[in-house]
Amino acid sequence: MSRVLVGVKRVIDYAVKIRVKPDHSGVVTDGVKHSMNPFCEIAVEEAVKLKEKKLIKEVVAVSCGPTQVTETIRTALAMGCDRGIHVEVSGKDYEAMGPLQISKIFAALAKKEEASLIILGKQAIDDDCNQTGQMTAALLDWPQGTFASEVTIDGEKVKVVREIDGGLETIKISMPAVLTADLRLNTPRYATLPNIMKAKKKKIANMKPADLGVDMVSRVEVLRVDEPPTRLAGVKVETVDDLVAKLRANGTI
Amino acid sequence: PLPPLKDLHCYIRSYKSHRLLRRRIVTLTPRITSHYTIFPRDKDPRWEGVEMERFADEADVVIVGGGPAGLSAAIRLKQLAKEQEKELRVCLVEKASQIGAHTLSGACLEPSALNELFPDWKERGAPLNTPVTEDLFSILTEKHRIPVPMLPGLPMNNHGNYIVRLGHFVHWLGEQAEELGVEIYPGYAAAEVLFHEDGSVKGIATNDVGIAKDGSPKDVFERGMELHAKVTLFGEGCHGHLAKQLYRQFNLRENCEPQTYAIGLKELWVIDEKKWRPGRVEHSVGWPLNRNTYGGSFLYHLNEGEPLVALGFVVGLDYTNPYLSPFREFQRWKHHPFVAKTLEGGTRIAYGARALNEGGYQCLPKVTFPGGMLIGCSPGFMNVPKIKGTHTAMKSGMLAAEAIFPKVTAEDPASETAGLHIPEYEDNLKKSWIWKELYAVRNIRPSFHNYFGLYGGMVYTGVFYWILRGKEPWTLKHAGLDSAQLKPAKECTPIEYPKPDGKLSFDLLSSVALSGTNHEGDQPPHLTLKDDSIPVANNLAIYDGPEQRFCPAGVYEYVPLETGEGMRLQINAQNCVHCKTCDIKDPSQNINWVVPEGSGGPAYNGL
Repeated sequence: MSRVLVGVKRVIDYAVKIRVKPDHSGVVTDGVKHSMNPFCEIAVEEAVKLKEKKLIKEVVAVSCGPTQVTETIRTALAMGCDRGIHVEVSGKDYEAMGPLQISKIFAALAKKEEASLIILGKQAIDDDCNQTGQMTAALLDWPQGTFASEVTIDGEKVKVVREIDGGLETIKISMPAVLTADLRLNTPRYATLPNIMKAKKKKIANMKPADLGVDMVSRVEVLRVDEPPTRLAGVKVETVDDLVAKLRANGTI
Repeated sequence: PLPPLKDLHCYIRSYKSHRLLRRRIVTLTPRITSHYTIFPRDKDPRWEGVEMERFADEADVVIVGGGPAGLSAAIRLKQLAKEQEKELRVCLVEKASQIGAHTLSGACLEPSALNELFPDWKERGAPLNTPVTEDLFSILTEKHRIPVPMLPGLPMNNHGNYIVRLGHFVHWLGEQAEELGVEIYPGYAAAEVLFHEDGSVKGIATNDVGIAKDGSPKDVFERGMELHAKVTLFGEGCHGHLAKQLYRQFNLRENCEPQTYAIGLKELWVIDEKKWRPGRVEHSVGWPLNRNTYGGSFLYHLNEGEPLVALGFVVGLDYTNPYLSPFREFQRWKHHPFVAKTLEGGTRIAYGARALNEGGYQCLPKVTFPGGMLIGCSPGFMNVPKIKGTHTAMKSGMLAAEAIFPKVTAEDPASETAGLHIPEYEDNLKKSWIWKELYAVRNIRPSFHNYFGLYGGMVYTGVFYWILRGKEPWTLKHAGLDSAQLKPAKECTPIEYPKPDGKLSFDLLSSVALSGTNHEGDQPPHLTLKDDSIPVANNLAIYDGPEQRFCPAGVYEYVPLETGEGMRLQINAQNCVHCKTCDIKDPSQNINWVVPEGSGGPAYNGL
């Protein structure tokens, strides 16, 4: 019986309007409503479902970031995870943190915790990278089942139905493996109040990336962040000749 | 052709007993309301066999609402517990996803209550960063401004106060409360009041989750949780939905006037640094409102690094013209030369709205009942001419805590009812500065109900208040229920509002988007109608659908029926910013605002 690591990321809530910082170094996050990344919620739900079916023994929720991410871990615990791991990253390291650093942390934790499955969301809604699952699998040299819309454990193998451009692809991979959750995998349960209260008693271990032998140096430097340009008003034309004339005038043809 | 029967419900209603319509009507009204408070689940076949048992937990005190009043009460209880080395379990539930996310106010904070609660608030890092340095008051005409001197002694004088972002201040209070050991649960709304057999309040139950839009249970359905307490404090803010129920249950309003309200709309702007005057407070009355519509504006220059101004517009909900749109009055006010010159070149970064109390002393209900008490803006301690209610809300929470503490920690509380009745709270209120303050200003707001409207009110304030400080022996009355003040549309003139220019003034939907509001889409609309046919039959027919105009979030829309002639009401519940204006102003009093699933609603950041 196995142990599953689930990654949960604290991101700005999807309904909030994003504002770029006046110095263009990033977006405003102070005091802004944050919640668990929706794909991470689906990942947690899948892990908890597997545990309820008694296919896996223990679910560990992991998050990387400053103190506030413990709230996100608590929500995962309230949804049914057994314990949490908070990898403390703050300040400049946190701002520069990306999929490469996270996948190194997960790879190290997978070995430390002897996990047989890592389930992540397919991507985070703030950076839309869609890289962490894939990089983690590569670092561990494990098989990966990404964009999962259905997961079935069959002995030592996992059958994954993947959402791909052409439709659905079904693959069978051996454990240990990395899975990333897509939208239709499940409908996450609510974190109800009695479970939040019980979650306060569940353990969240604290550690630093250095404890796992991971260096947080980023190979990516953000130069500038800007709002998308305001959409210019469209121009209506009466005839095709007008259209051709306008396209010629602005150099398109 | 008629639409398929499964899509429509026929309502045959006898209106003989209805005070507004007196004939039998057969109306084909598309079903709008599906909430279980209107359609009970024990009679609903879709709910047969669904487990309805709730998990229950006990605390000493449960507080509904994480605003200034609720948090101050929680903090005071824990401070007393620490001083007297007693154990006390205090649980606080808040419907917003985080403390401060549903908080909206001007705000010029008078630090009197804060000084009592935390004399060392500065060391603790309370976000009071902008002392008031300048205080301007104007009467606006369409193009000009008449300055009014802010003499010391007038209620609006702000010397010694701080301009704050109340959401941030409330968030800070939440951190102080957690440090003291208060259990705070944001994202969980108190949806139901629980009662003992003897009728006293037993506690509250949080909202159920996982009910579909049509009212049926989803796979993820789970019951809310019950929190039982010796005494429950209700600090839901202005016009709370549980308080509405408690007024009826315990007859708390039999000796006071019905509460009267206003709607406050607010925006935050980052302005051109050259126009920034940190510490400046500006208020205005007059244009664009006529002299018989109570209201005015505020514009405060914050001092927190960025050139940020908080500005907004307040309209009394006793207005009579159903064509009035508080949102559009706000937007057009910004075009006044005196206001536009500050905002030109700036960017709007936030928007929100909330109802506020205008009733003051005459509208204070009984605030204690067996098992519970009302604190803060819920019963309504706002000092209307000062436009400040935070200091009195905090103080009411503290007084409640001081009255409760000896009773809940006593070996034998000697109570007649299972839930403790603590009338000492009301006695303490009457002896406190809250009472003196509210009594002194009690006649200012009602003095606006005269032929000269605004100007009569200002004369009254200048003459009687400034000289007598409220010592005059009479107490003026308000006009009555706000919802009864609207005149029929045919007796009123539609107001020509200018189109928003996208630079200073904006349309409703882009404003709502800035509030960050959202709700789980697949849940019953929480703007419930007692009768789905009344909006078209009454509100639209007689008042031209005023809810389309007074809702600051575009929740209510009258749209043509998909088939045949006529209109129907569409409720866009996801837009709701929890301001409560519809529940207050609906002329049919048919709308009953109930709390949606917790963590839904606006995501205000320091509003």
